[in-house]
Amino acid sequence: MIKNDIYELYQTMERENILLSFKGVVTSDLLTSVLSIMESKMDYMDESPKTKKKVFNVLVECLQNLYHHIDDGAESVDRNIERIEAKSALFMIAKKEDQFVISTGNYIDRESGLELERRLVAINGMDKDELKHYYQEVLNNGSVSDKGTAGLGMIDIARKSGNKLEYQFLPVNDTSSFFCLNIKID
Amino acid sequence: MENLHLEGSAKTPSIHFDAAAGKLELKGRSIPENSVEFYKPLNDWIDAYGKSPVAETAVDVKLEYFNTSSSKCILDLFKKLESISGHSTNVVINWYFEEDDEDMEEAGQDYQAIIGLKFNIIEVEEI
Repeated sequence: MIKNDIYELYQTMERENILLSFKGVVTSDLLTSVLSIMESKMDYMDESPKTKKKVFNVLVECLQNLYHHIDDGAESVDRNIERIEAKSALFMIAKKEDQFVISTGNYIDRESGLELERRLVAINGMDKDELKHYYQEVLNNGSVSDKGTAGLGMIDIARKSGNKLEYQFLPVNDTSSFFCLNIKID
Repeated sequence: MENLHLEGSAKTPSIHFDAAAGKLELKGRSIPENSVEFYKPLNDWIDAYGKSPVAETAVDVKLEYFNTSSSKCILDLFKKLESISGHSTNVVINWYFEEDDEDMEEAGQDYQAIIGLKFNIIEVEEI
């Protein structure tokens, strides 16, 4: 990377008020570190306990989604995308006009992407009360995968953020897409 | 029977299960990537405890944070407690939340809606 690119990246991050960003393979140790850094940052920023809790909760779910997804999705993502690239993800935490924004990006195979999109459409179509009941229903009737995921992550993110989930699936080739998720927290 | 004591960590709560006192406490944060492994010994302990419990069993849940992977495990733990309640012990869940933490208060109500045990949802200044 030449000097100008570094400066440009710096300026973008400054403009977007990005508190933390990472691109690479998401591991359990990385999550522990990132969560600890964000806790200290929010203490330093003097956020209310309520905001801190919300941001922390949503961040845990977003990052653990990446962690689990990368674990199961990487094998089926197209071979044309280098294996290490398919296993890596991007996340950013920013604060814009009093709102925390968590953005994530990762590869997903087209089929899983379509299924995820159906769930996101359903979640975004629900109001606060409907989300509460849907959460209770999935909690009580859903089963846990052997990785300990319960299909509750996106519902919980929608409930706690208090906003619609913004997302996009960018087709990369015939079999894979890049999934972008943007969460604004009130 | 033996009590169960586990130190808390960055991603798991501290556990104090005291059989003779009928006091079970989970405190701190429960955000491991895979909660099943962490909760298994807790469920096993309750199975053993259910064979000869004391008359009153109080479960104090004082969680600051928990992830959705834990939420299912916590439900299973409550279901286990529900199954031992009413025979030779009466189980009460005390669900604590910090003031203004509506999300944690609602989480308590979510469990209350599903589980047929007495729930006390208690607001405290700090957990």
